[in-house]
Amino acid sequence: MHRRDWLVALLFLLPVIVVILVFRFIPILYAFVISFYKWGITGPTKFIWFSNYIKIIHDAVFWRALGNTFYYSLFSVPLNFVIALFIAILLNQKVKGLGVFRTIYFLPVVTSIIAVSIVFKWIYHPRMGLLNFVLNFLHLPTQTWLEESRGIFQMMTGGHFPIKGPSLALMSLVFMSVWKGLGYNVVIFLAGLQNIPDYYYDAARIDGANRWQSFWNVTFPLLSPVSFYVLLMTTITSFQVFAPVWMMTGPPPGGPLGTTNVVVYYLYENAFTYIRYGYASALAFVLFMIILTLTLIQRNVTEKKVYYE
Amino acid sequence: MNKIHFNLSKFVIYLLLILGAVIMIVPFYWMITTAVKTPAESIKFPPTLWPSHFVWSNFAKAWKEANFGRYILNTLFIAFTTLAGVLFSSILGAYAFAKLQFKGRNILFISMLGIMMIPMPVYIVPGYLVLMKLGWIDTFYALIIPWTVSVFNIFLLRQHFKSIPNELYEAAVLDGCNHWQFLWKILVPLSKPMLVTISIFSLIGSWNSFIWPLVVTNSDKIRPIQVGLAYFMQEQSTNYVLLSAASTISVIPLILLFFLAQKQIISSYAKSGIKG
Repeated sequence: MHRRDWLVALLFLLPVIVVILVFRFIPILYAFVISFYKWGITGPTKFIWFSNYIKIIHDAVFWRALGNTFYYSLFSVPLNFVIALFIAILLNQKVKGLGVFRTIYFLPVVTSIIAVSIVFKWIYHPRMGLLNFVLNFLHLPTQTWLEESRGIFQMMTGGHFPIKGPSLALMSLVFMSVWKGLGYNVVIFLAGLQNIPDYYYDAARIDGANRWQSFWNVTFPLLSPVSFYVLLMTTITSFQVFAPVWMMTGPPPGGPLGTTNVVVYYLYENAFTYIRYGYASALAFVLFMIILTLTLIQRNVTEKKVYYE
Repeated sequence: MNKIHFNLSKFVIYLLLILGAVIMIVPFYWMITTAVKTPAESIKFPPTLWPSHFVWSNFAKAWKEANFGRYILNTLFIAFTTLAGVLFSSILGAYAFAKLQFKGRNILFISMLGIMMIPMPVYIVPGYLVLMKLGWIDTFYALIIPWTVSVFNIFLLRQHFKSIPNELYEAAVLDGCNHWQFLWKILVPLSKPMLVTISIFSLIGSWNSFIWPLVVTNSDKIRPIQVGLAYFMQEQSTNYVLLSAASTISVIPLILLFFLAQKQIISSYAKSGIKG
């Protein structure tokens, strides 16, 4: 290739570099600077060193929002992972109508979270909702779903369990996110499963492995890079949940009793309701650090167990 | 014996898959049937599972009250201009990273991938302030320009360009091609499936984007559909007939796109997972 290449490269990369610089790189630096200021509607008023970060450490609402976010992730990620893998394995059993099933499971993925939130708020309606109708029909106790602030462990044990757990309202958001996100992971898992050549299974069968053994010894290790990707992406996405909280909970959003307040909603509220740009930027960096840490932990833990061909 | 066992397990597989499929379908069914009920019927408990009569005019009413014509026009404009930008910037950028030799190429590429790792919520506040400095708040620029570059798409396309042998370029040079001509006349036509994938991601992303337009728009005139729908929810909070009709209208274009190109869409998502 030619020596003139760098000039061509510069021209070709110009749009990319300009947009990344102005709308990604500079904002990130800017956010870092802002996070050291008291910065309200009139602009920066005072350089306050680490005060915003120290305030976060002492902010009880932040810790609750972080706890809720962890709960949301802790329940939605494994549920999504296990159910998606299970469905992908079922679909991989040479079933008829694979395309139809795959389409149906995938449909919620391309549907907007806003429309989904509206429909689920209606389905969860405590008096007129479809879900309570179904529970009623099955002679199961009805619930107030998005309006229930009690923790699920508290509800299941009548308050005898020391940990309350996520509120049923938060769990309602978890169930919805599993419904909405499942199809994406099904498709990824299915592609991963179809990449495993049949002769591995044939070999396992000849060696006398039953289905369960061939799952653990063939499928699981060969699928581990895909599983790792799914786990990581689902976790990262779950930490950024925002729209369902804004749309479905409260008023005010984050309710009942703050049990569905999550970090991104709290950030949004600080920035655009209270106009505390400095504090909101500090929150954004804390969120970023948490997501980065989780990514690194997941990578280190799974690295030894992920089997790359 | 073996045969019966085999059939039984097949039966269980189908049973579970159908049960799952029903759970996936029911919310859509409920949205559409609620949308055509009368307000009185919609709040009956126990609910009617099939509307006693179909009030199609609910859609017209929702369309008018929610200002949907405006929102859809705005969204289409935003989606297609963004797509044009994404295609242009990704094709040029991916070519530079895949086929050109220049100092600092790898460092630049890796730092761009690093920037991609930063979650979207981190940008909300500083992005908003940068747009304010530019005087772009509540303009189409704010909704389009920042999203005309996608590192992820550059990454996908770069992988694809790299798989095309360099000998092709050398042959093209002998025929008098320069980089620009080689890229547009030879490489781009060879990359159609990947470009379709990128377009699909971009269009779906634009149609469904919410938090950014929520933050950077104030007026109905430029508001895209998801933000419009979200505010309609706040206005109508309990009128689930109109809300369901509006939701149905908002998902129909994307569901149509999905059914038209579902194989392409699903395989795009599957590919993105394996390569990412």
